[in-house]
This record gives sequence, C-alpha cells and structure tokens, in this order.
Amino acid sequence: MDWIGRSVSEMASALQQGEVTAQALAEEHLSHIEACEPKVRSFLEVFREQALTAAEAVDRKRAAGEKLGPLAGVPVAIKDNICVKGEIASCSSKMLENFRSPYNSHVTERLLDAGAVLVGRTNMDEFAMGSSCESSAFFPTSNPWDLDRTPGGSSGGSAAAVAAGFAPIAIGSDTGGSIRQPASFCGVVGLKPTYGRVSRFGLIAFASSLDQIGPIATDVCGAALTLDAIAGHDGRDSTSAKEPVPSFSDALDQPLAGLRVGVVAEHDNDGLDDEVRQAVAKSVDAYRKLGAEIVNIDLPNAQYGVAVYYVLAPSEASSNLARYDGVHYGYRAEAENGPHSMIEMYEHSRGQGFGDEVKRRIMLGTYALSSGVYAAYYKKALEVRRLIRDDFTKAFESVDFVLSPTSPTPPFKIGEMIDNPLALYLNDLFTIGANLAGLPAISLPCGKTSSGLPIGVQLIAPAFEEARLLRASRMLEQEIGWDGELAGCVSQLAGD
Amino acid sequence: MQYEVVVGLEVHVQLLTKSKIFCGCANKFNPDNPNTQTCPVCLGLPGSLPVLNAEAFRLSCITAMALNCEIARFTKWDRKQYYYPDLPKGYQISQYDLPFSEHGWIEAQVEDGPVRKIRILRAHLEEDAGKNIHDESGRGGDSKVDLNRAGTPLLEIVSQPDIRSAAEAKACLEELHLLLTFLGVSDCNMQEGSLRCDANVNLHIQTESGDKVATPIVEIKNLNTFRGVEAAIEVEVKRQLEEFKKTGRKLGDPGVEKETRGWDAERNTTFAQRGKEEAADYRYFPDPDLVPVVVSEEQLTEWRTFVCESPSRRRRRFQEAGLSAYDAEVIVNQGREFADYYERVADAIGDAKQAANWATQDVLRTLNDKQQTIDDFALSSDVLAALLKRIVDGDITVKSGRELFAALIEEADDGQAAAASRIDELIEERGLKVVNDTGALDAAIDAALAESPQAVEDFRNGKQQAVGAVIGKVMKSLKGADPKQVRERIIEKLSG
Ligand SMILES: [Zn+2]
Repeated sequence: MDWIGRSVSEMASALQQGEVTAQALAEEHLSHIEACEPKVRSFLEVFREQALTAAEAVDRKRAAGEKLGPLAGVPVAIKDNICVKGEIASCSSKMLENFRSPYNSHVTERLLDAGAVLVGRTNMDEFAMGSSCESSAFFPTSNPWDLDRTPGGSSGGSAAAVAAGFAPIAIGSDTGGSIRQPASFCGVVGLKPTYGRVSRFGLIAFASSLDQIGPIATDVCGAALTLDAIAGHDGRDSTSAKEPVPSFSDALDQPLAGLRVGVVAEHDNDGLDDEVRQAVAKSVDAYRKLGAEIVNIDLPNAQYGVAVYYVLAPSEASSNLARYDGVHYGYRAEAENGPHSMIEMYEHSRGQGFGDEVKRRIMLGTYALSSGVYAAYYKKALEVRRLIRDDFTKAFESVDFVLSPTSPTPPFKIGEMIDNPLALYLNDLFTIGANLAGLPAISLPCGKTSSGLPIGVQLIAPAFEEARLLRASRMLEQEIGWDGELAGCVSQLAGD
Repeated sequence: MQYEVVVGLEVHVQLLTKSKIFCGCANKFNPDNPNTQTCPVCLGLPGSLPVLNAEAFRLSCITAMALNCEIARFTKWDRKQYYYPDLPKGYQISQYDLPFSEHGWIEAQVEDGPVRKIRILRAHLEEDAGKNIHDESGRGGDSKVDLNRAGTPLLEIVSQPDIRSAAEAKACLEELHLLLTFLGVSDCNMQEGSLRCDANVNLHIQTESGDKVATPIVEIKNLNTFRGVEAAIEVEVKRQLEEFKKTGRKLGDPGVEKETRGWDAERNTTFAQRGKEEAADYRYFPDPDLVPVVVSEEQLTEWRTFVCESPSRRRRRFQEAGLSAYDAEVIVNQGREFADYYERVADAIGDAKQAANWATQDVLRTLNDKQQTIDDFALSSDVLAALLKRIVDGDITVKSGRELFAALIEEADDGQAAAASRIDELIEERGLKVVNDTGALDAAIDAALAESPQAVEDFRNGKQQAVGAVIGKVMKSLKGADPKQVRERIIEKLSG
C-alpha cells in the first residue's frame, strides 16, 4: 500500500523521478481495487487489461526518453456517462447497458494525451439523475467512510473511488451538484468548472445547458492538475468557451491577499444539519484568520433555484433522452405476442429500458414543454434563471467568492431517502445555483461529524475564475489540515 | 357556386453544401450505399453535439435575400420533437419563433396572365431526416433506416396563401425552382428529393345568401413534380367543393382542424393521411447545444454580392432591350448559364433580336438534339458572337451563317474545337462572302449562261422559270452572292 490514497502530485513526481513505474502503480491500484471494491462497488467495470497495457506503454515511452504528458501513468477513473472509444458507456442504465461508444469524448482524448491510465468506469445515478447513486440500474455504491451510507450522486462512483484510494483522480459530471455533493459526502475535492470551460463533446447529455465535466481528486492540487489537462476550447461543442486557459496548478500555492468571502444569511435555515453548520462556520473562521474579509451578501432569488432547476433540467432531459427509442442502438424490448407495432416498440423499449427516476423526470419535462403550459413553466423558469444569474453578478461586485455548505446534510443511509424524491431534490439546494448561473464551484472537505462522516464546504467563483478559486481552496485546505484523513479512510476500508 | 381557390406553398430545398448542416459528413445523394455517410453526430449517438455549418447558413441567407426577405440579425435553433425511426435524436433541429428570414416575395405568371407577387411568410433552416425503407414485397420483411440523408441542410420556404389557382401554384414553384438554380444554392433535383413541396389548399366560397365562407384547410404532402402540384390542387379543389356541398363544413366550425392528405399521382386523387386525433404537440424549445447566430452588417453586405438578378427581373430587362415576352421567357427559363450565354452574345454583336433568334432556335435545337446543356455546347459565346457579327455587318447572309454554324458544330464533333478564327477560313473555303463586286458577278453569270444554252432558249421562248437553273449555277460558284440580285442581273442580261 505504498501509493494507495496518495495525491496526484506525489504520484506524478514519483513517476517522473523513476521512483515508481506506471505498471507498478497500476498493479498496486488494481490489486487494491480487487480487494476493496466488493465493499464499495464504485465501478461498473474495471479496465484491468487496458490499464496495464496503457501503463506499460507509458513506461516504455519514458524509457525511450519520449515526451510524456503531466498525468503520465496516473490512474484515473471515469464516470460512465463519458464516452471512451471501444468501451461501454451505459450511464448506469439498462437502456445503454450494451452501448459501446465508437468514439472518444473530448475529455477522454485530453486525458489520454496527458498520459492518464484509465482504470475503470464508475457507477452513477441513472443518466446522472439523482444524488445518491441509488438510481443506478445495476447496484448502489457505498460510501467508503461508512459502507451503509451513500457516497452521494450522481458522480457517486467517482467520488467513492477516489475516497477508497482506487484512483487519485476520477472524472465526474455536474448538472445540479453531481460532482460537489458526492465529493462532500466522500471527503474529497470536487470541482465543477465554468459552463463551457470543459468540452461536453462525448458527455452523454442529461441537461445540456447545465452539464459540466470536472475532476474529483484527493486534494486541490489534483483537481488543478486534472483541470489543466481537460480545460480549453473544442470546436465540436458549440457551447465550449474560447476564453484563454491559464495553468491552474502553477500558482496554486500562492495565497490570495485581500480576499472577500461572501456568506448568505438565508443559507442558515432549518434544513441545515447542526454539525454541517458548525463545520462550515469553522471554514469561515479559517478564512478570517487568513486575513479575508467576511461579507454578508444577499442572493434573493436563490430560494427559487430548486424549483427552476426541476423545471429546466427535466425539460432538457426529456428531449435529450428521446433518442433512446430502441430503433438505432441501446435497449429494444422483445415483442411479446407476435410482432409489435412501431409505437408499441417505442413504448415497451422506453418503459423497460428506463428506471423510475428517469421516467419521472422525462414526464416532468415533457409536461413542462407542452404547448399549453410552456409559458407558465419552461419560459418562466428561464426568466427566473436569469434573475438568479443576476444575483450572483451583483454579489461578485462586493465579494470574490460565495461560501456555503455543499450539502445541507452529511451522507445519509442507503435507502433512507429512496421514497422521498422531494427531500432528495432539496439536497441540491446549495449546489444548483452555480449550474443555473454557469459558475465555477468547488467542494472541499472541511471537517467531520461526531460519527466520523465527512462534511464539505462549497466556494462559488465568478465565471472563468477557476485559477483564483483553486488558490483560495488551497489556502483553506492548508489551514484546515485535512491531509491524512483520507489515508485513515483507506486503511480503515482495507482493514475492515 | 362562385368560389376562389386559396393556396399557400411550403417548399423544402436541400442546400448544395459539401458537408451536412451539423457535422462533417458528405452531403451527397447516395441511396445505394445506405448509412455510409454518417458519424456520431448525424446518427444521434449518445454524447454527440451539433456544430452549425456556416456555409449552409450563408447559402440560406443568399436565397432569402433573393426572395426579397429581411434577414434577422439574431436567430436561434429550436428542437421540434417527435418520434420516428428516420429521426435518430427524437427531435429535428429547426427554427420556430425566430426564423432567420421573413417577409419576402416572389413573382409568378401564368401564361399571358398578369405577373403576380406571391408573398413569402418566412424561410428557415433545418436538418433533413433520414429515410425509412420498407419491404415492398408484401412478405413483411423488416423496415430499414438509411441515415445518409439525415442532417442534410434543408431550407424551408413558406409562402403566404396568396396563390389563386393550381396553375399559379405550379408557376410559382417553377419560378422558385428557376431562382434557386440561378443562385446555384441547390441542385433542385426533384426526383432525388432536393426540392419538395407541400400545398395548403382551401376555397373561399360565395354562398347563395351572399356570405363568404372558407372550407377547412388541407395540407397536401409530398408534391414532388411541377405537374403533380397543379394536378393535386385541381383535384383537391373539386373534392373540397363536393365535400362542402355535401356537408357544409367550414373553417372554424367546432371540431374542424387542418387535415393532412397525400397525393396519389397514379389514381389522380388525394387521400387522408393523418387524423386530427394525432395532431402533434412538437414541444418546441431552444436547442441548448447550439448558440444563437448573430448576423453582422459586413456579412449581409458580403452575401448580398452573391444575390443574382432574379429570373423575373431578367425577363423584364430582356424585353426592355427589344425581345418579345416569349423570347425573353424562353431564354431565361433555360437557366442562368443559358441566359448568361445569350447575353454575352447579344452584347458582343449589339443586336439583341438577332442573338435571341439564334439562341432560341439554332442553339436550343442543337442542345435538344444532342441532349446537351449550354455548358457542353460546342460553340462558345465568343464563337457564336463572331459568327453573328459577320451577319450583322452584312459580310455573309443568314443562310450562310446557318451553314457555318452547322459546319463548326460538325467539326467540333470530329474533334476540332470551334474557334472564331475558323469562321473566316470557312467563309473563304466555301466562298460564302457576300459578293458586292458586280464584275465577278457578271463573269459568273456569263459563264453560267454560256453553259446553259437550253435554259436561255427556253427563257426567250417565254418560260420564265427556266432562269432558275442558271441562278443555281451562279450560286454554286459564288456562294456569297445574293440570289435576288443574281436573278435580276440574269433577266436584265437576257432581256437586253
Ligand atoms: Zn455526420
């Protein structure tokens, strides 16, 4: 267990120094996965052979003196809604259980260019719809800190894999908090970049105007190094930003002076868990100690975020998921009594191929876009979305970041929320705003509950300010001293 | 019963771009190799994203400008949602409430009737669907889908209901077809589906009580020949009239909705296609994968330079230059290349009528005989102009001109390219130069008379027609001679 649970930067520099080979690193991770994955179930598939082959290629290139990417030899897990050429991309859905992508996503290409070794595809809520990984059509994933609890979702498999030491980085996607909330639940760092910062080409869409790919890593530096690899313009995604891309890792350790950190009074409401409140207050204190000014700000329309989100995201999803009709690829229902009609084929394929949560959202979205109610729901939600965005713009006139809890609660038990979708939706309260406004946001571990469950704090920054966001995060990370906590989780898991 | 026919057309035009509208696949008619011109984007694979082909948008704007439409400075893309196997995403990317152009017009004329302006409501750009291929053997084989056509750029042009007869609808479509070929934006191959037409038809009936009532609007789909448009509307007008007499049902009655009918050319009848109970809610909403298009003043200016003179304007100009309405129509209706050819010849010789006579008779006849287009024609406009210039200048007779014309084409058929320099050689070789030299003429006549004692005898005995043989002899030796002048000289000599 030399390298399990260590950070990306440690691994990358050891690889560069020749202290460890990519093959040894891959083998160590694969055997750790073999030993502990049955408890966590974070992977839908482990790319054992592919990973060893890729690692061997890295070592060979290094031996030949070839130029290697910054992540050369680093194990990376990838969420199952991101296309890897030749591999299945199922979105944890029966619908795409056997769909093998004939092409690489932009992010996959970038990771491979950087030399990353893909170790497996991670479990998720079906089509990224959920906050607990329980809507996966295959199995729920456990939180490595407490196997009875959920790792969060929808990128729960990715967050759990990092927390369990299966890979120092995992790629996730975030539509309403799907990177940050599981990062918070699993005691790791999760970054949702600015909308458009990372190409969505090859990301299987949930809600196109909200989806964004980002890293989950053991520490802030790992997130920065990963963002270095995957950020930047891509002509294949029309919404990809042409903004210049700075190095996110270079100046990471330089603290920011004169920080103004915004906190929102309304965030402290009845739904907020006491221990979460206390842990987040400690982060505020930490920033104060670091010389930051704490500013009370107002986000008057934030209270409508969940409502707006649950109109817009299902609307886009109802359209994005229309292509799964059993005709061209994916699940097709067998005809039961003699050949079925075209309409029956559609109905049965979609009826059997999608799980309940996906169907619930398709129905919500289909309704919201119907001609009679379009103006009352979809159009109105778009208008309020603009107000929410304006609130942030105004807030950023007086603060550099907005600080809040990532999730109002620590990780809950598997099955605890399964019959209460509304309560689960409200779990997204703090994270949704950044998606609606297209802003970068990060979740950092900021403490633990008395029973040892991780708690996350969230920072939201102005658009394309990831470099400053990561620097401010690094300041907090150092101040809080989370180092070592993850190692505890990993060894506890291995020892169980 | 007095009534007025009211027709509006919806025309779909496939644009002549190299690649498809939202991906890099070839835009070619290729039914023999199904699904070979496809990629993840036009197959609608998970994770794929559309990127607008700027050339498709440019051609659309040029077309709309030629249709006198206003170009919107801001336009966006919407998803039109419905399920059909030839639509792999479950939605068609189209334009709903903000089309890129509106408010144009086109002129149409039925034979010698007045030129009428048919207003264009809007023109918008969208993607074509694929093609479903059904087993027509009746053995119940599987239906298949060919997606080569999916994603072909499709311009939809919608007219106002300004058309007042079946013949006018045909004329309007023909004029549009001609304009599109003038612009070169589409190959307009109706057999291959590059130009497809739907017609909205109803009647405004003057009832005996003096009221004016409208019959329910019927959309006739897939009228893919000019003749079909005219025939289908004629038949539909009769059907609606009968229907009204029988039922008295009119537009606006409860339960009366727009009906869709197909056209059966073989049986010469329209038939009901889709009932009102299936009236679709397309749930249009803005496509979040595409960014709106903002058109600049510079782009408009540049595109305007590609807008050519419309066929109707050109006909008018030709008439102003002295052509009959008939000649102007024949020339312009041959297409832009032919009209350009004619115009180059006319300008070069300074005689529009002479050029028109040759273009509409000799040139067209040759093209028809040889099944050629003007681009393949053996005589370039320079050569024809050089030839006609000799006639205009009185160097050769029209008859000689025809001989030369035929000779040049014959030589070209034998592989000798027609050149202007060859004209003088041929005139020389064949002695076609008009003879104004009376000495040479007299010598030729004297020689002919000497060779024809019998004819001279007959003439002197009162047989006037005997002189014909002598004229023939003279003309044979002196081809450029004017037969009338020859006749006069002979009679003069014999009578003297
Ligand atoms: Zn394509």
